[in-house]
Parts: sequence; C-alpha cells; structure tokens
Amino acid sequence: MSGDTITIEVDGKAVEARKGQMLIEVTDAIGAYIPRFCYHEKLSIAANCRMCLVEVEKAPKPLPACATPVNDGMKVFTRSARAIAAQKATMEFLLINHPLDCPICDQGGECELQDLAMGYGRDVSRYNDGKRVVKDKDIGPLVSTDMTRCIHCTRCVRFGEEIAGIQELGTTDRGEDMKIGTYIENSVDHELSGNIIDLCPVGALNNKPYRYSARAWEMTQIATVSPHDCVGSNMYAHVLRGTVKRIVPRANEAINETWLADRDRFSYEGVYVEDRLSNPRVKEGGRWREIDWDEALSTAAEKLGAAGPGKVGILSSPSATLEEAYLVARLAEHMDTANVDHRIARRDFSDQDSDPPFPFLGCEIAELEDRDAVFVVGSNLRREAPIIAHRLRKAALAGAKVSFASGRSNQYFFDVEAALSGAGLVELLSGVAVAAAGGGSLPASIVPLCKGVEADDDQRRIAASLATADRGLVLLGNIANRHAAYTVVRALASAIAELTGARLGYLSEGSNTAGAHLAGLLPHRSTGGETRPQSGLDAGSMLDQSLEAVVLLNVEPDQDLRSTQDAVGKLASQEFVVALTPYVSDALLEAADLLLPIGTFAETSGTYVNVAGTWQSFQGIANPVGEARPAWKVLRVIGNLLEAPGFDYVTSEDVLEEARAKIGEVAPDNRYAGRPSLARPNGEDAPADEIDTPIYSVDAVVRRARALQHTAEARRAREGGA
Amino acid sequence: MNRAISYIKTFALWELLRGLSLTFRNFWRKPVTLNYPEEKTPQSPRFRGLHALRRYPNGEERCIACKLCEAVCPALAITIDSEVGEDGTRRTTRYDIDLFKCIYCGFCEEACPVDAIVETRIHEYHMERPGENIMTKDKLLAIGDRYDAMISADKAADAAYK
Repeated sequence: MSGDTITIEVDGKAVEARKGQMLIEVTDAIGAYIPRFCYHEKLSIAANCRMCLVEVEKAPKPLPACATPVNDGMKVFTRSARAIAAQKATMEFLLINHPLDCPICDQGGECELQDLAMGYGRDVSRYNDGKRVVKDKDIGPLVSTDMTRCIHCTRCVRFGEEIAGIQELGTTDRGEDMKIGTYIENSVDHELSGNIIDLCPVGALNNKPYRYSARAWEMTQIATVSPHDCVGSNMYAHVLRGTVKRIVPRANEAINETWLADRDRFSYEGVYVEDRLSNPRVKEGGRWREIDWDEALSTAAEKLGAAGPGKVGILSSPSATLEEAYLVARLAEHMDTANVDHRIARRDFSDQDSDPPFPFLGCEIAELEDRDAVFVVGSNLRREAPIIAHRLRKAALAGAKVSFASGRSNQYFFDVEAALSGAGLVELLSGVAVAAAGGGSLPASIVPLCKGVEADDDQRRIAASLATADRGLVLLGNIANRHAAYTVVRALASAIAELTGARLGYLSEGSNTAGAHLAGLLPHRSTGGETRPQSGLDAGSMLDQSLEAVVLLNVEPDQDLRSTQDAVGKLASQEFVVALTPYVSDALLEAADLLLPIGTFAETSGTYVNVAGTWQSFQGIANPVGEARPAWKVLRVIGNLLEAPGFDYVTSEDVLEEARAKIGEVAPDNRYAGRPSLARPNGEDAPADEIDTPIYSVDAVVRRARALQHTAEARRAREGGA
Repeated sequence: MNRAISYIKTFALWELLRGLSLTFRNFWRKPVTLNYPEEKTPQSPRFRGLHALRRYPNGEERCIACKLCEAVCPALAITIDSEVGEDGTRRTTRYDIDLFKCIYCGFCEEACPVDAIVETRIHEYHMERPGENIMTKDKLLAIGDRYDAMISADKAADAAYK
C-alpha cells in the first residue's frame, strides 16, 4: 500500500520505509550498520543502552535509532561526527564499570561489547575510580553468571517476559546499583532458558557446561539438526579437534526462529560419557568379551542369515536417521521378515492400518502462529516439543484460543482457554465430542463411547472455540500416542476435528518418526507407505514371540521399549539379540548377545524428516568415540555380508538418494477413516502421568547429559513430582 | 719493464710476504672468536630461546588459558586444553609447545596478558628421543621455576622499553 510507504534519507541516500517502523529496522534492511546492545529484533524495544544514537536533522539531541519511528522526509546521519561522538561517549560510559577480564571471559572473541569497543572505545581509559563489583548468582546448572560484566541491556529480562512467558530474571535497584537477578534465590528453569546465553551481548550470562573449555575462534561451526524432538530445530555444533564443545541455534524462521530448547543445546554432553560402548562385544557362555569389528559383523551376519523367514525382529529408535531406517527396511526385506517397528513407545496397535502415511502436524510449524483455536490432546507440550509450545504461545498471545487435555494440569504462560485434566483422555475427549456435536449426530464409530456422557463447561468451551475458528487444529501428542487405548483417543480427537471443522494434527516421538514411516520401518507398510501383503509383528507383540534373531537399533530396552512389559527379560530369553548401540548399560548386557558400537547423532551423517514433513540432512559433526561407527555403515556391511543386492553405498548421500527415489512424493494425509465401531476401553484409560516421559529422559543421549540431569526439572521428574 | 718487475716479485716471494703481513698484523690483535662453550657472547635480555611458564610469587600459575598465544602462533606450535580449575578459575589442563614447529618469533610472549609464557635465554638444549620435542605444561613450569631469577631479571631490564 503506497499510503503506508514513506521516504527518508539515510546518510544522503533516499530509502523507502513503512510508516511506524523504527529507524534501526530501516537501516538494518539497507545494511547501514548502527551499533547496538539492547535492541534485538525478536524482543521489545527498551532503548536503554543508548549505543544506537544517531543524528537526525532538526532534532536537538542525537536520537536512539531503535526507538525512533521513521517520519516522512526525515534526514538521518548514522556516521556523522555528532553521531559517532555520541556513540563513543556511550561506549566510554558502558566501559566504566565493565571489567577488563576479556582473557578469561568465555565471550571473548565473540563479544558484542568487545567488538564495538574496538570501533568506538578509547585506547586508554580516563576513569580512575573504583569499578563496581556484583556478586555472581547461581541460577542453575545451565547458565553461568558473571554479573560484574553486565551492561544492563535487559535482553535476558525481556526474553523471560516476552518469549518464555515467565519473568525468571529481573532488575532490582537503579542507576549504578542496578542488578539483574532472580529477586529471591532461585534457579532459571524454563525449557528455553539457554537462549539468554546467546542474547547476552557480553559475558555476564554464559554457557555453564561449556565454561572455559574452548575459544570462539578455534572451533569449527558445523550445521546440524536437533535429534530430540519432532521439530528438527536447526542448530550449529561448535567442534574443536573432533569434539563437540557446544551447540548454538541456527536461525530458521520456518522452524525454530532463532531459539533453541535447552534439551537440544545441552544434550551433547551425553555424547562424551563413561558408559559409551567403544568396542564390539560378544557374550559367550554368559561372559562378555571384546572383539574386533570383523568378527562382530560376521557373527551378526551369520546369525541373521541363518534365521528363517519371519524369524527376525527389528526394533529401532524413532530417532534413527532416514538412511538407517531405509537400510533396516531393505535388510528386513532381504531377510524376508516384516517384523520391523520403530513405534517402541506405543501400546495400542489395533488400528494401525488407519495411521496416516506419516504423522503430520497438520500445518507448517510457522503456521501454528496463525491458528485461531488449538486443542492439544495428550501432550505435556512444553516438555515434549518446547518450540511448538512457544509457537502456540505466540498464537495465544495473538488471540488464539488454546486448550489442553492431558492427565495432569501443566503450566502454560498464557491464558489457556480450558485445560482438562484429572481423568483419562477417553473420558475427557468424549465430553468434548458430545459438546462438539451439540445435540447433532455423532460419527457412528464413537456413539457407544459417548453414550450417557454429559459435557461440562470446559468441554463445551473447547468445542465452541474450535467450532467458531476458521483455522482450528486438534493436536494429538505423545501421551495420546502412548495411550493404551490410542485407537479410541484418536477416533474421538478426529471426530472432534471433523465436527468442528478443525484440522487434525500429530506430534510424534523422537526426531524422525515421519522418516521412519516413509522409509517403511513398520510391520504393516513398506518403503513409501505401501501396505505390506502380510503384516509383521509390531513393537507391542514382537518380543512375545520366539524369534531366532532380534536386532535393536539405538534402543535401551529398559527405558525405551515402553510398548512391552518386561522387555529386558523377554529379550534375554530370545535366542540371539544384536544391539547396535552407542552406550552400554546393565539392561543391554542382560538382554543382548552381541553389542555393536554405533555413533550418536553427533557422529553420523543422515536425514531427519520433521513433523511438518521437511527433510533436513546433516553431516557428521564429531569424531567417533572409540571404535564406534555410524549405524548406516554397520547396516551396509551387514547387508554386504548377507549378500543383499545393491548394498554398495559409499556415502550416506547414496542411501538418501535411493531412498528418496523409492519413497517418491508422499503427501501428508491426516484424514482418519477409522473403524466402524469402538467400545469404551476397560480400565485402560488411566490418567496420563504414568505414560508421560520427562523432558530430560526422552532418549539415551539426553539421559546421560550431565547438566540437564542436574536441572530442577530433571530432579522433580526423578522425585516423581509435576 | 713491467714484465721484469713481475719476474723479480715472483722470485722474491712478494705475494707470500704480503699475505703473511696480514697474518702478522692480526696476530697482535684481540681475537673476535670465542672458545664456545667455555666462553660465550653476551645475550640481550630479549633473547628468544627455550620457553617457560611462570608462576606468581605465591606459587599460583600465571597462565589463565586465554589461548591468545595459541591464536597468534604463526607456526601453530602451541596446543592448549582448558577447563574450570579446582578453585573455579580458568586453567589449562594441557599446554604443549612443539619445539620442532616453533620458529622462536616471541609472539606468544607478546600476546600473553599475564606474562605467563616467556622465552628464556636458554638456547643449549637437545632431544634424544622422539616426542621430547613436545614441551608439556609440567616441563615448561619446571623451567620457569628453575630459571625464575633470570626471567624476572630479564623482564625487569626490559620493562622500561615496553
């Protein structure tokens, strides 16, 4: 709209701008750099650092570019003598109380204050009085504090208020006595709190696990993708001599914006732990012996090759890369078995034929912000997918009505339309379904479920919010996914979506459930989502059968195999179990007969398909620990030894290329056909607490990340609280 | 005529005598060479020889693992690993200088904000086995401890010119 466009002059050049834009946005867009500390494009404007002072014609004093709205015909000078003098003066004041400890400061080399002091600082200080010293705070195991270095830009405070939703840090006192702190002794516990490390322009808030271990300039930055949730947050690993030193976010507006969840940021610590498996091991007569790869692989191939058709079972982590999943599917095909599954936390497989081709969020991740009503079913969303929770918070702040149904009431830092809890999901949802039908007819399949159910106020409010919304969304989370009567929960959620005209969306386990679906890591579907003529055994029933060989891919049987009761015991009684695992644990030593060390997410290349169907490839970022090898290479060699045709891949890209061609274009399709009739489950509708996974227990790497395990969140989970 | 003079000079051993006269003159001069290793030339306090890591008078290591020496080293001879020390300060766990890579430029000493790494005047050293070219943190600190007096004196002598 031309009415909104105005023209201003920046350093003598005419620039088009929108009315109401701040000056700094306009100058940033044309690349005229103005120094700043407190301004951040994702946060509100504070204008308290005064570093961005510029000269504006007819203004009596220099004005802060971050808080000066543009006006038609405005003439701005960003590099005039007056502007530079103002910026230099500001810098001199900022440096009065800033300690000169750059050599021991972890921010040194990547510090905004250090960089700008090079351009705007004096070479000799004129200030000879005592400097302010502020006591450091202990705000938890993730963020270290050196509060003397603070320049009071309040980015961390604004982050808490505006992005996290809970103001865990704030300012007390004023002037020179101003301090950033937690008011009362407390830790900063929000699941996105690690982002204040990136926001802090100086070294006041820093990465605690990384503390003093490397310098910014000596590390190599390698792009990678988060392996812990279905979002696939983009991140950079900073690697020194083949070892991951830290993880920082990689901006991607479509997925994680500039944020990163603490789980993704600090999980790398789990890569370097004592119980990494460094050599292949074999169990002989109840005793474990370290062997070399040749012997290990030929033993594995021999046992797998000798097993009869349908007598091999393969259980894989939902975080296995697409390449791994594809190779497993191909190996299974070669061994003539359909007993492959990655849904190792799911309990109810009775209606797996109506599963979508892959679990799809229902919209792009960025589009979550435009939803006007969202009903999240069975998800402890902030713990399950912090980035999705953040997007929904943004939607809610923009006016969307967001409601929840889960076993326990979780805290969300926005006005929740309604939060159903205290009963099983089936009971909670049937009320919403009845309210959604509003006296009209329910879909036939769920009629018996809703017989005699009356909707309460909250349930009616949820139904109304979805019904009046143009862009409604019903999201099925992982608690629903693990529910003992998942079929029924999904039927109800789908009926609610259908009755209210909302979309149905899924969240999924691990980082690559979608990829595993596409690659055919399923007992009932092969690569590309084609239905198998004969379904194999699913994760729930596989170990109840007596198989000749079982393969575990990155699975810890005592923690990950939630679909099976007493998984360790059942595995121990199987004839031969080979585990491809980065770690060794008591449960694995008891359950397995052969252990093959594989790399974690840091040591393998691969591809994750996220919940929005985005394929994201990444390369290996660190040197393997010990003799560990990327799982796709191990699978390839096993394929070679079994003489499977076409297993002559040289790189994981070769695998990806072949997988991509085989899978083709699979469109997301969340429509639920469902069963004709469903019965109310008997005693299987337990509240969701028991089947919820604490945020820092989702996979083997996270469970070993030292700092994450010391957070208040992890401690509460261990003690069994909310 | 010239030929005749040339003949006379040849038979009178003129060239030999001229050469010997130079020898004879220098025979009485003070010698410029030294009987190394019994005698040595004077050294500048800025001499750049073997490296040492210094301590504060109270015994605390000076090095704070800022890695500026590692960054400035043009020969990539320095390798440092660091972590949080026992008292919570920034400390090295490894400080290696590869003497085969080192070009003795003295940049490390110049870069050091706490005068921890210095190049001493020691230049007479040798290695006997592979691997001895790597000066570890312990070896460097031991040199610093042993030659502390010399290093301190050299630093003091040079302080006025910094």
